[in-house]
Amino acid sequence: MAALDPITPAAPPVGGGTWRFPANEPLRLDSGAVLEGLEIGYQTHGQLNADKSNAVLICHALTGDQFVASPHPTTGKPGWWLRMIGPGKPLDPNKHFIICSNVIGGCMGSTGPASINPATGKAYGLSFPVITIADMVRAQAMLVKALGIETLFAVIGGSMGGMQAQQWAVDYPERLFSAVILASASRHSAQNIAFHEVGRQAIMADPDWRGGAYAEHGVQPGKGLAVARMAAHITYLSEPALQRKFGRELKRDGLSWGFDADFQVESYLRHQGASFVDRFDANSYLYITRATDYFDIAAAHGGVLAKAFTAARNVRFCVLSFTSDWLYPTAESRHLVRALTAAGAKAAFVEIESDKGHDAFLLDEPVMDSALTGFLSSAERDRGLA
Amino acid sequence: MTIIREDFREILRLVRPGSRVLDVGCGEGALLDLLAHEKQIDGRGLELSASGVAACMARGLSVVQGDADQDLDHFPDRSFDYAVLSQTLQATRNPRHVLDELLRIAERAIVSFPNFGHWRVRWSLLSRGRMPETKALPLPWWSTPNIHLCTLADFMALTEDLNLRVDACAAFAGKGPARPIEPTKAIENWRSESCLFMLSRNGGPAIREPSPGSGDLFDG
Repeated sequence: MAALDPITPAAPPVGGGTWRFPANEPLRLDSGAVLEGLEIGYQTHGQLNADKSNAVLICHALTGDQFVASPHPTTGKPGWWLRMIGPGKPLDPNKHFIICSNVIGGCMGSTGPASINPATGKAYGLSFPVITIADMVRAQAMLVKALGIETLFAVIGGSMGGMQAQQWAVDYPERLFSAVILASASRHSAQNIAFHEVGRQAIMADPDWRGGAYAEHGVQPGKGLAVARMAAHITYLSEPALQRKFGRELKRDGLSWGFDADFQVESYLRHQGASFVDRFDANSYLYITRATDYFDIAAAHGGVLAKAFTAARNVRFCVLSFTSDWLYPTAESRHLVRALTAAGAKAAFVEIESDKGHDAFLLDEPVMDSALTGFLSSAERDRGLA
Repeated sequence: MTIIREDFREILRLVRPGSRVLDVGCGEGALLDLLAHEKQIDGRGLELSASGVAACMARGLSVVQGDADQDLDHFPDRSFDYAVLSQTLQATRNPRHVLDELLRIAERAIVSFPNFGHWRVRWSLLSRGRMPETKALPLPWWSTPNIHLCTLADFMALTEDLNLRVDACAAFAGKGPARPIEPTKAIENWRSESCLFMLSRNGGPAIREPSPGSGDLFDG
């Protein structure tokens, strides 16, 4: 009966959900593969203004998701960047139309290795094509366009989100007014790739991984994924932060003279690993880490980073790094900023004193808040939003 | 109404409207802000302190954290009309190289510095035998950032050595207005507390030879 047919909206609804692109709008990937029936999980906050000039895209990090300012459906935890988003905060739903979408390859509603391959009717698993940061950005650009937005006021991201923000400026310089890049790099270093490889090997060494086809067997490589998360988590912190938080504190009085979690830091890492497994897909972890390893903006521009940004000289850039971040150290941000300078782009850059390591961009850092507020409010004035 | 520093007033007078200006050691961005409002310049800044850069960002200025000794090398040739270095040359590790770089990056350099040949400085050293502490040089020897102080005559010798042309020169004393001077006159070396120069290169700006290792920036 016609009355019961599902109503397909013409555009992705405000607020969020999962948007499925029509079959005639496939996503063409850098690898040459094509994804048909692309789905993107996303959330929005605030209202798009009349001239559609107040849209902000937040790009999430490696294991982040679109629940930037609303509770996570699986864990129930509050949005991961509520520090930055809210009335009176740098990103204000009363002023901005805030969009955050799950990256492709992810596991929170966007097409990824756990999605059903329409050609086989089974989960993709390892038949999912390898994706890149540029592919993620291409999918975001499709969503932004479907939302009716020609030009974003800002693209903002930390870590892998900062890579996407850079890629936006390189690939769609005319479609963004400003870019904020926090604790990021314009290429993955040997050390970055090395840590990711440890994580991938941990997953693939888990017998329950089953060559990536664990879904078919009704199992999950939880142990491997947890170890991957534990190793990665250490890289997000700093030695002083770990020392301050845990030192050599024991979990209970006395040593166990065995291999239980004697130390608080062990117990903390085990908890981080275990809770990660509840909300993340192991194959997604393989694909997304691969995308960041392949990331090297200069490589696609004759090895000259500045050339990548020559078309983005009208974009305003804000680059922030943190002193204790050894995953994407300040030298990487400086390298990017020098290239932006050489390209003639408007760039602001500051290294923020913090002992919180890479994760500082998610935490309470007053200098970051004031720098970001200053940058955004002056950009708003120039964009005619304030 | 805010009081405009006399050296800023002089820079404001020298800079062409709508030009591209790099302020090296821009502090909290007061000069860039002034130039943007009064002369509609396209300004960029370089500043060492994080708090200074944050203040500049709050003003909407494009300022990058860095210093004159290390970061000028990364700017492309002739990317600015003016490069301003205000009261900082004497605190750099390699003032000769910095001055040379300013005139590679920009067509004109605007440079100001405290004159170590000023009579108060000479008198302090002569009468007390102590390192001078004056209005232009307020800090004791053990805490001053100034490691390469020079006199007006020394500076003129350097401009000749680098084959630079003096387009404008003014002296300041106390809080009085700028006074145009003839920098080669000996008397000016006695009575100028600090000096401000606008310089350009004889025969046009130098273009840097591409050096191996600077590879990843711009065609280099």
